[in-house]
Amino acid sequence: MIIELPLLILLVVTAGGAIMVKDLISAVFILGSYSFVLALVWALLGAVDVAFVEAVVGAGLATVFFLLTLFGTTEKDTHIRRPPVPWSVILGLPVLGLLLLYGAGDLPAFGDIASAASIYISPEYLENSVEQTRTPNVVTAVLMDYRSFDTFIETIVIFTAGIACALILRKGGS
Amino acid sequence: MNTFFFFVLTTITILMLVYFYRVVRGPSVFDRVLGLNGISTKAIVLLVLIGTMFERVDMFVDISTGYALLNLVGALAIAKFLEERGESPK
Repeated sequence: MIIELPLLILLVVTAGGAIMVKDLISAVFILGSYSFVLALVWALLGAVDVAFVEAVVGAGLATVFFLLTLFGTTEKDTHIRRPPVPWSVILGLPVLGLLLLYGAGDLPAFGDIASAASIYISPEYLENSVEQTRTPNVVTAVLMDYRSFDTFIETIVIFTAGIACALILRKGGS
Repeated sequence: MNTFFFFVLTTITILMLVYFYRVVRGPSVFDRVLGLNGISTKAIVLLVLIGTMFERVDMFVDISTGYALLNLVGALAIAKFLEERGESPK
């Protein structure tokens, strides 16, 4: 689809810029803008909830945490001295990229009705979720009923991470 | 109609590139914060545009309002940390 091409170009530019740039504070902010562009690409593909999480976590939380880490370190640490890139990386990464592109050629087109995901499991959820779970929203039914343990453990992980961050970052901790 | 949307999308993306230059080159942290802020306002406009394209503006307006709120909170958090660190604009 040609309409997302400018956003994809901007995505590549921001991702490359975050790696290339010399000082870490600008790298953090470039990563934040990368997250915004990525969220827009998700929204363009119709995955609005993923876009929202990307904007909250990628552009909001991650930027703040990275900045906190940078301000916790000394001034000397915020400038990168890069070792020269080895030849195996320069040769290997383009080959890996070509392999990935070759693999992506076999994927079904976006929104393809005949793809495996659309004919195998999705109709089952769409047809039976109201009877089985008494929930009008299919996404909620999948998240909170069919995959409730998955969601439960994800919540545990997020709360643990939050508690750990609060413990590390609290002021005047002894 | 699709051509029109593509044109608008491209123009706003180019505008984002202008802000991006400020994020990369900004001499002080404040320039970078402002650049990120500008990028996120463009992201909000683009979200509403995408919503118009999908003809579901009602949903996308809610989400872009959420984006705007988040943007404000994030900028405030960054400003708070800069203040605590004692960074001042030169």
